[in-house]
Amino acid sequence: MVAKELLRVEDLYVMYKTDMEEVHAVNGISFTIREQETLGLVGETGAGKTSTALAILRLLPDRTGRIPSGNIWFQGKNILEMDHEELRRLRGGDIAMIFQDPMTSLNPVIPVGQQIAEALLLHNEEGLTREQIEDRVDETLELVGIPSSRKNEYPHQFSGGMKQRVVIAIALSCNPRLLIADEPTTALDVTIQAQVLALINELKEKLKTAVLMITHDLGIIAETCDKVAVMYAGEIIEYGTVEDIFEADKHHPYTVGLFGAIPKIHEETDRLEQIEGLMPDPTDLPPGCKFHPRCKHCMPVCREKEPPVFQEGDHLLKCHLFGNSSG
Amino acid sequence: MSEPLIKTVHLKKYFETSRGLLHAVDDVNMSIFPGRTLGVVGESGCGKSTLGRLLLRLIEPTSGQIFFEGEDIVQYGGIKLRDLRKKMQIIFQDPYSSLDPRMTVSEIISEPLIVTKTVTGKKAIAEETARLMEVVGLAERLVNAYSHELDGGRRQRIGVARALAVKPKFIVCDEPVSALDVSIQAQILNLLMDLQRDMGLTYMFITHDLSVVKHISHDIVVMYLGQNVEIASSSELFRKPLHPYTQALLASIPLPKVNRGKIKRDVIRGELSSPIDPKPGCRFAPRCPEKRDDCVGQDIPLIEYSPNHFVSCVKYM
Ligand SMILES: Nc1ncnc2c1ncn2[C@@H]1O[C@H](COP(=O)(O)OP(=O)(O)OP(=O)(O)O)[C@@H](O)[C@H]1O
Ligand SMILES: Nc1ncnc2c1ncn2[C@@H]1O[C@H](COP(=O)(O)OP(=O)(O)O)[C@@H](O)[C@H]1O
Ligand SMILES: [Mg+2]
Ligand SMILES: [Mg+2]
Repeated sequence: MVAKELLRVEDLYVMYKTDMEEVHAVNGISFTIREQETLGLVGETGAGKTSTALAILRLLPDRTGRIPSGNIWFQGKNILEMDHEELRRLRGGDIAMIFQDPMTSLNPVIPVGQQIAEALLLHNEEGLTREQIEDRVDETLELVGIPSSRKNEYPHQFSGGMKQRVVIAIALSCNPRLLIADEPTTALDVTIQAQVLALINELKEKLKTAVLMITHDLGIIAETCDKVAVMYAGEIIEYGTVEDIFEADKHHPYTVGLFGAIPKIHEETDRLEQIEGLMPDPTDLPPGCKFHPRCKHCMPVCREKEPPVFQEGDHLLKCHLFGNSSG
Repeated sequence: MSEPLIKTVHLKKYFETSRGLLHAVDDVNMSIFPGRTLGVVGESGCGKSTLGRLLLRLIEPTSGQIFFEGEDIVQYGGIKLRDLRKKMQIIFQDPYSSLDPRMTVSEIISEPLIVTKTVTGKKAIAEETARLMEVVGLAERLVNAYSHELDGGRRQRIGVARALAVKPKFIVCDEPVSALDVSIQAQILNLLMDLQRDMGLTYMFITHDLSVVKHISHDIVVMYLGQNVEIASSSELFRKPLHPYTQALLASIPLPKVNRGKIKRDVIRGELSSPIDPKPGCRFAPRCPEKRDDCVGQDIPLIEYSPNHFVSCVKYM
């Protein structure tokens, strides 16, 4: 049986408009996340991953960030049409977010236990008493592997990995339906990263939360995700199950390039395959396929026409190479 | 094997802090052979950068010796130190902050040429600058560009050109690709490997990325809280890690392979303990799944467990 749809992003555009320029950060992406599913959003810096996450929570910068078009359906309601009160309940309630730098979410002058308590109070639909909240704080800390005896300590007394675990504790304290994790372990050492990823995997099973996992690391994708969307220049250029992305024969040339560029731990490679050139300038995107200037397989049509989406089962490829076949 | 280009003997660097003596590098013994790359891996704060800066004499050791081409350079000063500086260079992690934003690309690259008088005369300097730009793959049209106008990959190329300007034998690469995206990282790693092949350069390559270190290094040192706990050739280390910390490190790498019905990996618990006034004994013991009574109390020597494979762990003594 297929799980119920939780989030549906439809043809979403995000742009940043300043006096000087217009940055086209997200250019018409669509995807869905089902209940308890983990979708990985992978891509290099500037691909539009964070902008997508911020759009979902309506957290784009007020003055510059715009959503010119698109829809974001969450449990049947359009987030883009929600009022203040609905948004307040959504953020940190139904949808929680973890950022790369744990200090974005933590207040340096408040003890960690109190910060968790405040998050619980903010969404206290069950009407818990002060004491019940304290108990919940203890449970939550223990759940992420921090002794509750340390709840009166301040963030700076914790290491980076512990701070990130406190953030996870806060994020999960209100039983969100969806957790958005934006590069949650990028700032951490590998052994600590492994601890945090194991924690996220464990909690996601226990609490039945769906996850949008944003990362540039294909290893993290393979270890945590059910579905994967590969982003390039604000578009999803390939989408599929992890098996589609890691094991299928057909791939977008950019996906092939990404895999070729990472050194392999279990294989000897003399020379890494490199993708020539750079990410396109988001204020001046190329016509046609946005990857064409760097693509080894570039054809005349790629320079002119935006590629259609080629579909094979769940596997989607946005590339002219596959444009004419039908599966 | 030939004589090492660089060798350290009981090298130590302690920093005085308000809370006590911080053992940043604590008795490191290792060698780097000519034309080869020694990778240095370990978690944040384990002393990798401090070790690199010690080798370059950018900071003074607390004690111990550093041999460069067979000579102890710790006491070098004046002209000898200046000459030494031309033979050793460093490339930093952050191509954003290590370059002066007010200088053009050609000014940045030619500066070391002028300062060290490697090349003299306006024309010769311009020619050499152009040659260096070509070597590192910077387009000619960028000569008058400012570094802040360029992307991270190009800035790192400037860093490489600058290091190459004085024709060094040895380059410390301190996390040179950590701030770059993988597609750009691959470009820089390939460049560094090409330069080594063409110019016979010797590298110390500092990184926390194990797949990068495996790819680029001939030999690898694993550091933990200021100490080198294991040294081996790159292939040997990945095939047969001996130290429990190395094993934990390798097991922590997320692999880009689908592994459904994932067996939960045994992640090691705990975090790095404090490098301030550490007690004698294995620094990893508090996190070690195989900890025994004799792990603490006295320091564990680095022994050659099998040819050219060194480890410091009571299990192998
Ligand atoms: N000038 C200094 N004064 C005091 N302590 C220092 C100084 N420089 C470095 N340290 C300390 O020495 C230890 C080793 O630092 P070092 O920068 O060498 O680590 P690293 O392995 O390069 O870490 P990273 O991966 O984060 O770059 C750390 O505990 C650091 O805080
Ligand atoms: N507040 C902002 N103002 C202007 N441009 C922005 C802003 N935030 C992001 N951008 C630009 O939008 C594009 C996408 O950025 P981002 O969503 O942060 O990508 P990612 O998270 O994939 O690295 C980039 O070109 C970035 O420079
Ligand atoms: Mg981002
Ligand atoms: Mg460092």
